[in-house]
Amino acid sequence: MGRLLNEKAADALMERLQEQYDVFAPRLFPGTGCYSDTDVVRYGQISSLSEIVWDKKSEYSFKETLLPISDTVFYFTEDEVKVPDAPRKRRLIFLRSCELCALKRLDGIYLKNGFADSYYERIREQADFVWMCCEESFASCFCASMGTNRPEQYEAFARFTDGKLYLEAEKGLLKELLEECGQDGFGEEASLNAVYPEENQEKIEIPESLPEDMASHELWKEYAGRCIGCGRCNFVCPTCTCFTMQDIFYKDNPKAGERRRVWASCQVDGYSDIAGGISFRKNQGERMRFKVLHKISDFKKRFGYTMCVGCGRCEDVCPEYISYLACIRKVNQAAKEARTNEQK
Amino acid sequence: MSRNEYIPFLSRIQKVIRHTKIEYTFRMTYKGEVKPGQFFEVSIPKYGEAPISVSGIGEDYVDLTIRKVGVVTNEIFENQEGQSLYMRGPYGNGFDPADYRGKELIVVAGGTGVSPVKGIIDYFGNHPEEVKALHVIAGFKSPKDILFREDIARWENQMELIVTVDASDEPGYRTGLVTKYIPDLQVSDIKSAAGIVVGPPVMMKFAAAELLKKGMSEEQIWISQERKMCCGLGKCGHCRMGSTYICLDGPVFNYTAGKALID
Ligand SMILES: Cc1cc2nc3c(=O)[nH]c(=O)nc-3n(C[C@H](O)[C@H](O)[C@H](O)COP(=O)(O)OP(=O)(O)OC[C@H]3O[C@@H](n4cnc5c(N)ncnc54)[C@H](O)[C@@H]3O)c2cc1C
Ligand code: SF4
Ligand code: FES
Repeated sequence: MGRLLNEKAADALMERLQEQYDVFAPRLFPGTGCYSDTDVVRYGQISSLSEIVWDKKSEYSFKETLLPISDTVFYFTEDEVKVPDAPRKRRLIFLRSCELCALKRLDGIYLKNGFADSYYERIREQADFVWMCCEESFASCFCASMGTNRPEQYEAFARFTDGKLYLEAEKGLLKELLEECGQDGFGEEASLNAVYPEENQEKIEIPESLPEDMASHELWKEYAGRCIGCGRCNFVCPTCTCFTMQDIFYKDNPKAGERRRVWASCQVDGYSDIAGGISFRKNQGERMRFKVLHKISDFKKRFGYTMCVGCGRCEDVCPEYISYLACIRKVNQAAKEARTNEQK
Repeated sequence: MSRNEYIPFLSRIQKVIRHTKIEYTFRMTYKGEVKPGQFFEVSIPKYGEAPISVSGIGEDYVDLTIRKVGVVTNEIFENQEGQSLYMRGPYGNGFDPADYRGKELIVVAGGTGVSPVKGIIDYFGNHPEEVKALHVIAGFKSPKDILFREDIARWENQMELIVTVDASDEPGYRTGLVTKYIPDLQVSDIKSAAGIVVGPPVMMKFAAAELLKKGMSEEQIWISQERKMCCGLGKCGHCRMGSTYICLDGPVFNYTAGKALID
């Protein structure tokens, strides 16, 4: 059982939610898109549930609600380092199925790969998630192929149909608040199913195994000339987690400053440079290979599940119209050819 | 709540040993478990962090041999005995003496690559009864680039030591790349020996090839990889090769695994 909320009922719920939570969801940021005067849909704090954008895929993923683009690790003065306080309020994050699946990938890196990361951990423990059901697939999504079209688990889900917001929670604070709304006469009781796209227009197959020499395959060469190494594909990806450490100091007090970690991209120059003028993966073809094989194979070797969740954002964002899907199809083809050659 | 691994501690500089104009060893106060080949993130707020290998281990200190190449390392060189640097670590797997105990050990190292294995050379130099024999080939660019001269003087009496420089204007130095000296090493039983090779990627490739030519198998060889690192904790991603994180799974690898890593 859940509740179907019109705008007024949704406002009443939001008022209650905000006593406990900062609420995050995909919303419109006017005039801040890639090109001047274009709008962008990305994750941000909302003050009304009607701000949630349902009919478009957000250009950036939910990951910035847990991992800010630039995150202060500590503040320093001449003789002291101080860790910034954790956000005071819990976070309620509305997100799509593929992103709930991406959460498991972020957990893999930040909680299970070596030490648990205390910054991620403290914000993660303070977060509750609401699955935003996709009534239909967007262009370039291939979640059904990746098995991420429905979440492995969820505690609450939301739908937006006929101008009304439907919310249902299995447990926790949201369930209590929904019940409270009912007692106070906001919204109507209803029972809708969680829905998800059974298939997408885009379908791909991820090869079970790759030929040993996949990394040196001809197909990567194409990207050496096409990719401009802008890194956008990494920045929009819900599963890319790389960062670079940066120290900065304040202009008005040069003795004080902060150490930050800032999103990094394996496609951008300098990512792998080390002292002595040594730089690995000099050309964009090698960097594409590094990224793509991580998404469909290398991560899985380490964690047991595929990294890519099929959101298609890298496909949408590339200024050079480089298609990740086309690339996977080529890899798949190469894997098939290698298998037939083996059998011969 | 997990421990915050990013917060460094202050460590006092006990001593600075000047090897060359741009390479000094900083003896840093540290008490705790640490292995040769592990590394610390050394930092100076405002400038940043740099991963630096442990080049020597004492009761209450670790040696860090640092080459002055950029923003952070330049600033580290501004510090003297008695002053302090921030550190966190140790990180990485390091060399495990158990892998070499009871064997004839051949160490081939080039330039700053001597740092990560120096702890192993010191250890078996001081405990000669724990190995059948110890052969060390250390290569440097030129006489003025030779590191650890004091240690080298001691090693002369503890092991079979070959120090070579790529080229020299001064007399009295062996010249040639480290690979030149591998074929002539007198090893009693190559099949049961162990090899450690550390240096720039190309040097490691050719030195390992020489050891293989001599009759070693890949399992008998260990290498240490150096890659870009921004965290040392398996988080920043910069050090990854395939499904391997150099900071967590390495930097020391058996050659069977190490040679299969693709950048
Ligand atoms: C496991 C490991 C062990 C190392 N051990 C030693 C050692 O014992 N002694 C020593 O002198 N150096 C060592 N290095 C290299 C040392 O970390 C870099 O020289 C140092 O980070 C450069 O910092 P910088 O700010 O002075 O230089 P920058 O001004 O940042 O840059 C100078 C050069 O160093 C490279 N560099 C910058 N940051 C890193 C980084 N995080 N990792 C690797 N290269 C980087 C840059 O790409 C550039 O080419 C080690 C590196 C690794 C990964
Ligand atoms: S693939 Fe496209 S988005 Fe990614 S770095 Fe290259 S040009 Fe930029
Ligand atoms: S150094 Fe950051 S992941 Fe290895």
